[in-house]
Amino acid sequence: MTAVLGKDLIGLASLTPEQIRLVLDTAEPFKEVSERPIKKVPALRGKTIVNLFFEASTRTRISFEFAEKRLSADTVNVSASGSSVQKGETLVDTARNLEAMRIDMVVIRHQSSGAAEFLGNRIRSNVINAGDGKHEHPTQALLDLLTLRDKFGKIAGLKVCLVGDVLHSRVARSNIWGLLKLGAEVAVCGPRTLLPRGIEQLGVRVLDHVEEAIQWADALNVLRLQLERMEGGFIPSLREYYRVFGVTEERLAKAPRPLTIMHPGPMNRGVEIDSRVADGPHSVILDQVTNGVAIRMAVLYLLAGGKPELADAAKGAAVPD
Amino acid sequence: MTRPDRSTILDARAMSRALQRMAVEVLELARGTDDLVLIGIQRRGVELAQRIAKLVEAQEGTAVPRGALDITLYRDDLETVGPKPVIGPTHIPGDLAGKHVVIVDDVLYTGRTVRAALDELADFGRPQRISLCVLIDRGGRELPIQADIVGATVKTSPGERVDVLVEELDGHDEVALIRPVHTAAAP
Repeated sequence: MTAVLGKDLIGLASLTPEQIRLVLDTAEPFKEVSERPIKKVPALRGKTIVNLFFEASTRTRISFEFAEKRLSADTVNVSASGSSVQKGETLVDTARNLEAMRIDMVVIRHQSSGAAEFLGNRIRSNVINAGDGKHEHPTQALLDLLTLRDKFGKIAGLKVCLVGDVLHSRVARSNIWGLLKLGAEVAVCGPRTLLPRGIEQLGVRVLDHVEEAIQWADALNVLRLQLERMEGGFIPSLREYYRVFGVTEERLAKAPRPLTIMHPGPMNRGVEIDSRVADGPHSVILDQVTNGVAIRMAVLYLLAGGKPELADAAKGAAVPD
Repeated sequence: MTRPDRSTILDARAMSRALQRMAVEVLELARGTDDLVLIGIQRRGVELAQRIAKLVEAQEGTAVPRGALDITLYRDDLETVGPKPVIGPTHIPGDLAGKHVVIVDDVLYTGRTVRAALDELADFGRPQRISLCVLIDRGGRELPIQADIVGATVKTSPGERVDVLVEELDGHDEVALIRPVHTAAAP
């Protein structure tokens, strides 16, 4: 049976390997659309999409908006500041009001884990999670997977290490699910205060030193160290963090093979990553950004008009992993 | 109970003859190869365009630019199809302005694929002329679209299916007509 994505995209934890591959394969032809003289196809003509961002975002919101516009959808951006959310309206009320204006899809970013699923279960429109609390950021992980597949030709057997603040990172969580489902080996590396307890149980290796990670991995996905973590007492200081866990050129020089460097952005240069590494020949950070638009076009295309029954049917037919 | 009945419309040799004649007609229509661009529609149209291009090149001794077009994102029924169709690659060789584009497809039926292809090509540029070349015209048009070059015309009814097989993808060349056979259900 052909894999389908269903009504919503909440996270990679609930997707089958076939569904993940479907998104990656569908993204391929969409890369070409962004290279056309007229960067637009009529696939989602007449669809109305609301980008509902309760948290600040530049890259993800712009990437979604480009994806939507290149598919000819009509888009509206709603941010928490300056909307009725500030006046105390609940998430469901906001969404129901939007739905009353006959929208088709909602892209939501929210500070609370589970917000996207909560919304998806309560409205008829398709819901796409653009990051919910510490839970998941599925489109980021999908674009990371696509970038790795572009670079290495396949995901299975790759060794990928997530470096930094795994504890607070929805990007890390989605990446771990996606990589494991496609057969990669996954490690995490960071201060123990920033690694979730019991993460080994997911089948993830824990490395305490960034030097070990560099010896072991084919690719490093360097996570953003949120500056407020220092105030939270998770790390002593940013300089200390850079000294112990910073991905620097000196450290990478000792790698047994050239390491592919990824970063979900926005970067703190000189905190988690050395500028020379971020701009170096093995950095695919800007490829990630380019692939982000293609992945989001693929997700929008696959979800448009999707019904919950389709997703359940797909899950029923799929082999459990 | 439905059991399909399959009959060959063109075998490999007949298909080869048809393609050779089509290549000659393409050359006549485009008055040589100077402005000619062949664009195949995904899936089987791409292989057929490739064949015709090779035949034209063998005759004229000059390279013919060729491309591939996937029209899925321009379909007028995307909303109603079940699982979303797989999208193939699109590749347009250079600027189409001033060119004579010949669209190549395997089967011309409702004309909706060609309508989508015309819309999509318009987003790539403004060719001097666009012509349509199909291996099989099976009738049943739903839009005012006709082919300039046809390999073979077959009368079909809506329940039937025309399958074009090409060696590159299917192991051998053949055009077959698939007819559903209705047998009376057991009482």
